[in-house]
Amino acid sequence: MSRAAVAICARPRSEQDAMNFGFEHAISWRRIAAMVERYWYLLRSSWPRLLELVYWPAVQMLMWGFLQLYIGQNAGYFARAGGTFIGAVLLWDILFRGQLGFSVSFLEEMWSRNLANLMMSPLKPIEFVLALMVMSIVRLLIGMVPVSLLAIGFFGFNLYGMGLALAAFFLNLILTSWAVGIFVSGVVMRNGLGAENLAWTIMFLLMPLTCVYYPVGVLPPWLQMVAWSLPPTYVFEGMRALLIDHTFRSELMIQAFFMNVVLFAVGVMGFMLLLRSARRYGSLIQTGE
Amino acid sequence: MTVSAVAVERLVKIYQRGRAVDGISFTLPIGSVTGLLGGNGAGKTTTIAMIMGLLTPTSGNVRVLGAKMPGQRYRVLHRMNFESPYVEMPMRLTVRQNLTVFGRLYGVTELADRIDALAHELDLTDLLDRPNGKLSSGQKTRVSLAKALINHPEVLLLDEPTASLDPDTADWVRARLQRYRSERGATLLLASHNMSEVERLCERVIILKSGRIEDDGTPAELLARYGRRTLEEVFLDVARGRSHLRQAAQ
Repeated sequence: MSRAAVAICARPRSEQDAMNFGFEHAISWRRIAAMVERYWYLLRSSWPRLLELVYWPAVQMLMWGFLQLYIGQNAGYFARAGGTFIGAVLLWDILFRGQLGFSVSFLEEMWSRNLANLMMSPLKPIEFVLALMVMSIVRLLIGMVPVSLLAIGFFGFNLYGMGLALAAFFLNLILTSWAVGIFVSGVVMRNGLGAENLAWTIMFLLMPLTCVYYPVGVLPPWLQMVAWSLPPTYVFEGMRALLIDHTFRSELMIQAFFMNVVLFAVGVMGFMLLLRSARRYGSLIQTGE
Repeated sequence: MTVSAVAVERLVKIYQRGRAVDGISFTLPIGSVTGLLGGNGAGKTTTIAMIMGLLTPTSGNVRVLGAKMPGQRYRVLHRMNFESPYVEMPMRLTVRQNLTVFGRLYGVTELADRIDALAHELDLTDLLDRPNGKLSSGQKTRVSLAKALINHPEVLLLDEPTASLDPDTADWVRARLQRYRSERGATLLLASHNMSEVERLCERVIILKSGRIEDDGTPAELLARYGRRTLEEVFLDVARGRSHLRQAAQ
């Protein structure tokens, strides 16, 4: 047998655990797990990274919690609306930290100049995106679980008391955060680290429009139309209905879900188009600014 | 039909700033070692990036082990690999963690044994539990080489693999590459402007200039054609535009 033939026979098994749907773009859970493992190694090796996941959500929750206590003691309506500020800040953090968790994991590849290694490995873009989605949840849980427990201790606000409604809120917020995170990652991949700031700031554009801390009715009519075009608006309105009127408005969650499905598809399509553009313009081999 | 390891046909890459690669064609037989020689901006890295599927050609075709790149890249990416000092591995991960992640991405079976064997072969055993960022540039190159060899690639692409290494470490890396090629029958394509490296490793040299193939042959053929004693002198002739004068004189 020739040396070349030996080399071909000795090549490693690579697709045996892939979900083979009969086409070459099958998804391998092993590759997704490898990427999750890569980010887990990174988190484990760096206590400042872990601390940062808890630090800002805790500061935010404490500040808004005490503000709500103060206002509640001096205004009857806010006394009745107990927990809306803390609830809003915790749900906002699911949206914001979910997107950041996705984007920061992606940025780690840019910062470490490892993207070309990944892009020329058998890892497929969809597997990369799925791994980033898993990591966004892992990072979110590390940050939010301790903070939600602190909210119980400091203000008697039990986020988990929302029950099934919390699951609906979480699902809708995390879908929006992934859609935005996927699109922003595509923009950074295409344009380099010069576009990194977008990852840190884009969600703040949504903050006033999605009515995190106030009802949609506060906005001028033309801006209300913009607000209702954004899925998180439905979640924050739903949260206020639950905490103030003790009503779970399922129709709001269903509307938000369908909007999120569209938004998520747009995010994924945008990522794929930006990846194609990055391959055309050579961005994958120049991952600096 | 014999499938070549790499087949490049009328390959063109045009950026806004100009033509990086201008209609090059070549074929690399399975088991061959070829050097892409050229100065800065000659088109070496761009050509390798198109072979890897990281860059879409403006026109022309690239096939690796029969698969068209980048469209059919997932058919063959697990059978090839790449090493370059300009592409790094995560700094905070240890050598073992990095090799584990890439081993899983490439679907390597009996991964722990493979990592131990590579560590032994590339003198990395004592470094396995050290973060990549704490290593010297020579040690990092060895780790990158371990990553590049982890899946027993049939096609190995190397972009200036010994750049910024001291002569001793560079020589060591070349010896390991030679051994890998002779043991596995792999195809190696090496972009470099280190003449002694190309002379030592390559049985064929493709000289690029301004995105075009200026010359192509074995080192001995090139030396004879230009009437020079070293490839460095040949390279200088090509780089300074003396190749046409010399060929005309002949």
